[in-house]
Amino acid sequence: MPVELPKEKFQGRIREVAIGATKELGGTRSSRVVVGGSNGLPFHSFESDVPHQPVIAMDVIDTLRVVPESLVQSMGPAVKDPVEWAKMCEREWAADICVLKLQSANPEEENRSVSDCESLVREVLRAVSLPLIVYGCGFEEKDAKVMEAVSNVGKGERLFLGLAEEKAFKSIAAAAMSNGHGVVAFSNLDINLAKQMNILLLDFGVKPENILMDPLLAAVGMGLEYSYSVMERLRLGALSGDPVLQMPMICDCSCAWAVPEALEEDVSKGKPEMRGIYWETLTGYAAGVAGADILIMRQPEAASRLRKSFADLSGRV
Amino acid sequence: MPSAMEIYKLLPKKNCGECKFPTCLAFAMQLANQKVALDACPYVSPEAKATLEESGAPPIKLITFGSGESLSKLGDETQLFRHDKTFFHPTVLGLIVDDVNGIEAMKRGIESARELSFERVGQKVRVDSIAVRHSTGDPKDFLEAVKTASGIGLSVVLMTEDPKLMVEAVSLCTPGKPLLYRATPGNFDEMVSVAKGCAFPLVIGGAQSLDELSQLSERAKKAGLAELVIEPGSSPASRMLEEMTLIRRAAVKKKFRPLGFPTISVLGHSPSDESRAALGVMKYSSMVLIEQLPREFIYPLLALRQNIFTDPQVPIQVKPGLYSIGEPNERSPLLFTTNFSLTYFTVRADIEKSRLPVWLFVVDSDGQSVMTAFAAGKLTPESVAKAIETGKVSEKCTRNEIIIPGQVSRMSGKLSELTGMKVIVGPRESSGIPKMLKSLSG
Repeated sequence: MPVELPKEKFQGRIREVAIGATKELGGTRSSRVVVGGSNGLPFHSFESDVPHQPVIAMDVIDTLRVVPESLVQSMGPAVKDPVEWAKMCEREWAADICVLKLQSANPEEENRSVSDCESLVREVLRAVSLPLIVYGCGFEEKDAKVMEAVSNVGKGERLFLGLAEEKAFKSIAAAAMSNGHGVVAFSNLDINLAKQMNILLLDFGVKPENILMDPLLAAVGMGLEYSYSVMERLRLGALSGDPVLQMPMICDCSCAWAVPEALEEDVSKGKPEMRGIYWETLTGYAAGVAGADILIMRQPEAASRLRKSFADLSGRV
Repeated sequence: MPSAMEIYKLLPKKNCGECKFPTCLAFAMQLANQKVALDACPYVSPEAKATLEESGAPPIKLITFGSGESLSKLGDETQLFRHDKTFFHPTVLGLIVDDVNGIEAMKRGIESARELSFERVGQKVRVDSIAVRHSTGDPKDFLEAVKTASGIGLSVVLMTEDPKLMVEAVSLCTPGKPLLYRATPGNFDEMVSVAKGCAFPLVIGGAQSLDELSQLSERAKKAGLAELVIEPGSSPASRMLEEMTLIRRAAVKKKFRPLGFPTISVLGHSPSDESRAALGVMKYSSMVLIEQLPREFIYPLLALRQNIFTDPQVPIQVKPGLYSIGEPNERSPLLFTTNFSLTYFTVRADIEKSRLPVWLFVVDSDGQSVMTAFAAGKLTPESVAKAIETGKVSEKCTRNEIIIPGQVSRMSGKLSELTGMKVIVGPRESSGIPKMLKSLSG
């Protein structure tokens, strides 16, 4: 019996989305990163077009309050200053994109002022030439002001601003639209909500090529199975031809560093520093296999391992 | 599985009732629902039996090896995606010890594989299997290691392409039922006859393509061998994903029998091999054998496997009861949440962020989250009060005060009445816990 190889063709295609603008496009970034574009399942180049492999973004946080001490140790002194941290992402760690998280704008913590946030973004844009994604602190009122300022200071750079949530998307979408930036649409492990977010943004006037979806990545051991299946279903929905699900996905793998099991002292599970690196790498790898287009990583060794693993999975080794 | 009508056509249609059902049609309907076995019919013809068994067989055959606590189950999967139903048999993980490294290193490897066993969210997770390989070392070391590996409570894979050495290894591998690795185009007939002789399952591999692999599988079948595990390519990962995916689809969607067997991936010791092991867990390897398993890697890999093979309809639950976080004393604050693992982990992580010692009481909600359980009536003031009483919370924590999830603030009055405790309504989202705990303590 000759083997029948059951290859699959899909009607739909993930939309191509570009992050960052080079000089020719009115910005100052050294590269423009394009993601998406595939008409098949993740890494299924044997039966579909895979014009772009998933890319590695690395995060920079403007406060170490939320970063475990052991991780700060393993990443080196540069992370004490967000601008230096961003430079490391570009020069030492070969990130494709930098994700600046303005956590210290949090009114219940540092409550950093809007103008301070604005000048930090300006400095980072000056110090590094990577495409930039900027996240607020998650407090709607503050983020509305911060994002407006960030949008202006990043005019022409084709930033992506986040996170737009169901109950708080208008100010961030308006900020993005006013200067030609994109928006990261957040949903909470819920396919219907992921779709609803895209519809809300489209109805508000955001163009589809300016939307990335963040369906919430739960780390290995912390509910990864939910994220994995939500992402697989979103991808299948997009491929079956639903245009409002065809936005590329961005996943934040730094959640692995909040997993108690990843960092606890337990000699039977080896050294915590190394275990954390594996934890983040495996979380990112699973997200990539499930359909993520942009992986936000934190630890450089983990980022490097993930990049190599994706190359292996793309047959580019 | 064929339909009741398809089955009925093949039955004797005597309506004799000896199967305990009034008519052959009634029996056929029970068969189609897999409620009875075909053996209950004394008159079914051998041809009909063969046909029904063939068409009713699962798309991927179940192969077992090892025994008792070392039993490993491979295959019998029915899905491409876990969300469509579930994946049934978690990828069996095995460590390879190779005679090129000498007997001492092999023995150390065997011992370390045995130690890689953990308890995680109430389940035992571990390295399941030890694979003893003859490559370029001394066959005596190989055989010695086989003896050591048998009987340590892990299933055993015997890895040699030399049929004579395999026969010797099989004779030493007692008790137990090893998996034999492997028959290739180069040793096919001899290795197949070794497997027939001892009736242990056999891996077939070394094929250049899936076409060649299915030809080998058919050859083994013609030789009378039914217990097979198939080995597609595993390098690079792109090829592994392609071949694993096509095999799974051919077996499940096309019922292509020559590829309807469990799969195995044999990996090396590089970082790429580690990620390929993870790929195998997610994308259809029934078994992964690897040369190195650093402790830092195996634990998250086992967690990943547990996640992927969780039945989407049955959430992972943690054991209900009182958990200490930090080193709480009898005056430390008491919080409660439900026993859905995701809820528990999230709440626990947020409590840990506060760096304050706390008692966390986990109430049985059949593994549902706070809101779901509350809406379904599984989390009521009565159930919480009863759990607090039977859980003997007051023996450890005498503060007589309980912090409840903000989303169930409505139960505060009744809960206070039932328990006599002061009820404090906590934040609606778990992320607000550190702030609340700090304000309570300060």
